[in-house]
Amino acid sequence: MAHQPMPARRSRRLALGAALAASALVVAACGGGDGDGGGGSVPGITDDSIKIGGHFPLTGVAAPGYSEIPLGHKAYYDFVNAEGGVNDREIEFIAKDDGYNPAKTTEVVNELVLKDQVFAVVGGLGTPTHQAVTNFLNSEGVPDLTVSSGSILWDNPEELPMTFGWQPDYESEGKIIGQYIAENMPDAKVGVFGQDDELGEDGTKGLKQFIEDQIVSEVKYVPGNTDVGPQIAELQKSGADLVVGFNVPSYTALSQLVSMKLNYKPTWFYTNVGSDPGLVGSLLEKFSEGAVKGSSPLTGIYTTSYMPESDDTDDPWTQLWQKVWDEYGDGSPLTNYKIYGMSEAYTVVDAMQRAGEDISREGIVDVFEQDGADLDGPNYVPFRYSEDRHAGIGGMKLVQLDADGSAEDKTPILKTDVGDAEIEEFTDEPGTPPESGIPGSD
Amino acid sequence: MSTDITTAVPAAPRGPSAMQRLVGLNLVRSLLVSLGVLVIGVVLLESTDAYTNTQLSSVTYFTIAAIGLTALTGLNGQISLGHGALMAVGAYTTALMLDTDSPLPFPVIALAAILVTSLVGFVVGIGAARLHGPYLAGATLAFAIALPSVALYYKGTFNGEAGLTVVAPQPPEWFVSFIDAVSGTFATGSKYVAYLGLFALVIALFFALNLGRSKVGRHWRAVRDQEVAAEIAGINLGRTRVQAFVISAAYAGLAGAVMAMVVRLAAPTVFTLVLSLSLLTAVVIGGLGSITGAFIGSAVLVFLPPLVTDLSTESGLSDTQSAQMSPLIYGIVLVLVMLLAPGGVMGTLSMAWRRQRARRQLTATPTKKG
Repeated sequence: MAHQPMPARRSRRLALGAALAASALVVAACGGGDGDGGGGSVPGITDDSIKIGGHFPLTGVAAPGYSEIPLGHKAYYDFVNAEGGVNDREIEFIAKDDGYNPAKTTEVVNELVLKDQVFAVVGGLGTPTHQAVTNFLNSEGVPDLTVSSGSILWDNPEELPMTFGWQPDYESEGKIIGQYIAENMPDAKVGVFGQDDELGEDGTKGLKQFIEDQIVSEVKYVPGNTDVGPQIAELQKSGADLVVGFNVPSYTALSQLVSMKLNYKPTWFYTNVGSDPGLVGSLLEKFSEGAVKGSSPLTGIYTTSYMPESDDTDDPWTQLWQKVWDEYGDGSPLTNYKIYGMSEAYTVVDAMQRAGEDISREGIVDVFEQDGADLDGPNYVPFRYSEDRHAGIGGMKLVQLDADGSAEDKTPILKTDVGDAEIEEFTDEPGTPPESGIPGSD
Repeated sequence: MSTDITTAVPAAPRGPSAMQRLVGLNLVRSLLVSLGVLVIGVVLLESTDAYTNTQLSSVTYFTIAAIGLTALTGLNGQISLGHGALMAVGAYTTALMLDTDSPLPFPVIALAAILVTSLVGFVVGIGAARLHGPYLAGATLAFAIALPSVALYYKGTFNGEAGLTVVAPQPPEWFVSFIDAVSGTFATGSKYVAYLGLFALVIALFFALNLGRSKVGRHWRAVRDQEVAAEIAGINLGRTRVQAFVISAAYAGLAGAVMAMVVRLAAPTVFTLVLSLSLLTAVVIGGLGSITGAFIGSAVLVFLPPLVTDLSTESGLSDTQSAQMSPLIYGIVLVLVMLLAPGGVMGTLSMAWRRQRARRQLTATPTKKG
């Protein structure tokens, strides 16, 4: 970013000019028979650049893991820029730190939209944090793409026409886990360990569609309170021999440590959000001050997967991510969070390519609504985007982790949706990345 | 009670009628200062871009809360680490009242937020009045930590961890045409919120200026400096302390009402302990007990972090490194203020001014004689 201040400054001046021209138009054209032919320029877009940005927890409690997502975004955009950019425009990506505090999210998103004049916000991370800015982004007409959270709040085209989710929603994930338990472990006594927000609530709702009568205990934790001893003890007392955890990674580590202490050994299911072996392993080591090493305690746990991960080294997608990261990363190892960021970036680039030379804010929203289900990417199941739906990836598979952190499939790829939608096997062949690694190039 | 007790600036003894004149004069002076701030505020808002406008609206709510805390800590000597939680009360009240099809006008909502927060402040204040120093800090700290869980417990009303989204009121017709007349621009929703914040701040400032110079303010100072003497003089210590706490809570409530509209969300994660501590930092950086200091401290709080982040990014650091720089610089600034300027910005300035004046008088005296 540092080597090209000129385009940035020019774009700001252009955007300012556009804003002035637009307000002059508003004042002048009271009659309103003007048509929309001569729109002029679009915020964040110049002849040779597209400026986008997002908010992420780069510091604070949520930073471990999540702060790597913007690194993935950036690496992939750098890769695309080196190949000539999107329709000859270079992508400029700005990651702002909100410390996972919604008050700060508002500030940095104001900065992105009003000062940096980004074309779109991409990958905004977190449920409460992003919730603070959706109304603002929509009233300003800023595309709010690939939100990094599995809440169903982003799927609201009526009130939030510019907002689009990305990852599978928590309720669908709960349903897939619930069905597996009902079919394969009908005698299990199930305990639920959930974060006291959408993650826990939506997930449990999905789970209950299948195994309501198998649940013997339901406990919640509030993020920030690191003492989960009482909750785990209650699960143990209830006799639960299988625990489903709808929690973030640090609470996977905490719940494992407490269960070790209590000598409580149920079968564990953790949702995709909380099961990254690499991160949980390092957190376990940190929290136990070195007493627990590596991700070995996670051996045998069940979780879900909706796209290839860093251990799937034979997968062409993982190979692409590895290549991108080797060339444009910071030298640290490739992790699932970086892959998550690169995959989101891939979706964004694909949509931008499809929006064409005359890219506009309405144009990219149209792409998501019209072609959204056809967007390429590493996801096993296509996106659910349409005019009526702004929900992301439509399914996943259930896997069990091995000692080395790699995963063994327990179900085929399953496609489903919120509510009473069926869970069906998804049999389409998985897509492969194009030779160049850039969507729409061949 | 007709004579002055210790005021910051020693005043010549006056009779009761002069006293009344002084009060009248104070009222006029406070009004002029407040109007001055209003004019400066309008000029600032109209001469800066939209992003700076939103930053300025953050300055308004921080300053309102900091003025309240300044009154409590500076005038009455009570320390509160729980003002962030009091702001939460104001913000939730506002969020709940705005969440209807035809919400009441903002002044009414703000008044309700002030009332509800004052009520909570009264309950906390009764407890606080019996405590001193570190015990008081501890109690208010516990309050700041405990209050967010109320939102989790009464999930039906407060929507738990996710919180209540706030749809800020839209600018009315007259406001749009007013802004168009002043600067020829189109008034956006965020600009309207910035103006609401400015008006709230000016009103809060007017009351604070009067408070500091009134009988009530002198009672507060008396209790702070010499509680035995104050008690002998007939001041009810407990009642005075509760009064100070309630009034400062009212300020926090108003600040919370503005904050809810600026942040557009009332959620437990917004009102963490960090917010309470930031307020105290603003008061300390600006200068304990000074209203101007509350302005300066709040401005530092709002403008310093993005400035540091921008400078770090421009000097070639990565996004993460830049983000980590801002709390670091912030901490360094705070430590430096404590070490080099314990009176804060305003304390140091007024000290320097007084020293200068003393020196001038010293050099002036011999020349007169000689």
